[in-house]
Amino acid sequence: MMIEEISGSDSFIYHLDPRIKIIIAFLFSAMVAVSNRFVVLIAALAVGIIILFSAGIQIKEVFKRLIPVNTLLIFLWLFLPFTFAGEHLFSIGSLTGTREGVLLAFRITIKSNAIMLMLIALTASTPIFTIGHAMHQLGMPKKLVQLFFFTYRYLHVIYKEYARLVNSMKIRGFKPKTDLHTYKSYAHLVGMLLVRGFDRSQRVHNAMICRGFRGKLYSLSSFSISRADVIAFILMAGFILMLGILEWTQTT
Amino acid sequence: MDTNNLIINLQDISFGYPGSPPVLDKLSLKFFRYDRIGLMGPNGSGKTTLFHIIMGLLKHTSGSMEIFGKPVTKEKEFDEVRRKIGLLFQDADDQLFSPTVLEDVAFGPLNLGMSRDEAVDIAKRTLESLDLAGFEDRVTYKLSGGEKRLVSLATILAMEPEILLLDEPTAGLDDKTKARLISILSNLDLSFILISHEIDFLFEITDSIYTMENKRIVSDKEAHLHQHIHSHPHGLYTHKHK
Repeated sequence: MMIEEISGSDSFIYHLDPRIKIIIAFLFSAMVAVSNRFVVLIAALAVGIIILFSAGIQIKEVFKRLIPVNTLLIFLWLFLPFTFAGEHLFSIGSLTGTREGVLLAFRITIKSNAIMLMLIALTASTPIFTIGHAMHQLGMPKKLVQLFFFTYRYLHVIYKEYARLVNSMKIRGFKPKTDLHTYKSYAHLVGMLLVRGFDRSQRVHNAMICRGFRGKLYSLSSFSISRADVIAFILMAGFILMLGILEWTQTT
Repeated sequence: MDTNNLIINLQDISFGYPGSPPVLDKLSLKFFRYDRIGLMGPNGSGKTTLFHIIMGLLKHTSGSMEIFGKPVTKEKEFDEVRRKIGLLFQDADDQLFSPTVLEDVAFGPLNLGMSRDEAVDIAKRTLESLDLAGFEDRVTYKLSGGEKRLVSLATILAMEPEILLLDEPTAGLDDKTKARLISILSNLDLSFILISHEIDFLFEITDSIYTMENKRIVSDKEAHLHQHIHSHPHGLYTHKHK
């Protein structure tokens, strides 16, 4: 399927309290996002890699998940060096690349990858539903959490519906081209998905009403903090704090 | 039969979607405790609509409906109906919306006001009674079609209903799962109305078979058993005739 936990379930990180993991991932991301010094960023990236490895995630899987963010970064690399004012570094034809531009692109690349690694470690080592419940326990509004659950649950159903429709188009010889027929067919496909999605939501709602649903949803899970959680939290919070100190005390 | 056991009493129920011909026209049905009724009829003959009217999901346009001896029309009055009558939907994906099996089965009991422990307890017991022990933490969308159907049934049984309305419970099931469903349903101490196109299945677990004809229910109290003689293009494969 599309989103899945891929970590070995025997890793240390897998057994951490999901709330701790979410808080740490959040603090880490925030800190990395506002940091600018290379020492800080590279330290963060290194810790990201270490955590990822300790979660026992396959490298292939990690790279696969890093592709989207890095595709975006390629465009930054294409434009930033040439559009940022600063010291001349190199030139291609009439285009001049600046030192500042390259450094900025570098910074953004490290930042994004460090944050992504951390988030991959979080989602890969925690079942998606546990994340939802943990977010609820952390005070996230119930409705948002339920929306998150429903989205995940029915994404799969809607995706299957989409695949069915695409197949039925294919077996009747549909080949996407750049013409009105193609656009129309895709419009029908999207329209059909919307209509079916709406119908589905009504049937699900009906099924819920039949089981006594009155607008209130309950959660069955409860979490408990263990000693490992406390240690992991102190370690990581300490590290993030250190990044902060490093970032703001010494100016170069 | 005495009136105390008259559970569902529909009289001259009509229903139609606006702008199209009526789906049900002056339909009447009496359903007694301990009844096990099979309901057949062509596609689009209003079988599912009838179930939805009984559950209060659709409002009939005319006629009277009494359930458990009380007339029901308002949304509030259907609360009791929904507590005591369990509807199994045609598509299990509609019924199972919670992340995990346990959460889905516990959803109904929690709505009935049970505590978390009670709900979990009854959910586990229900799963166990359907031979689904160990399914608690399975993710609902990853279940196979047959498993989804059985878990759907569990979500309803966990509410301890008095009557089941089953909408094509065997649709899309393989023989093995079907047999399992048959043994579950025949061992349940519950009355039910069952929609199905499979006459063999209906013979096996219901006492009487009704058909939908001309937007009404025609009761066929004595099901006539008759013999067929026919050739078999697939006669090589072993199969059963009822």
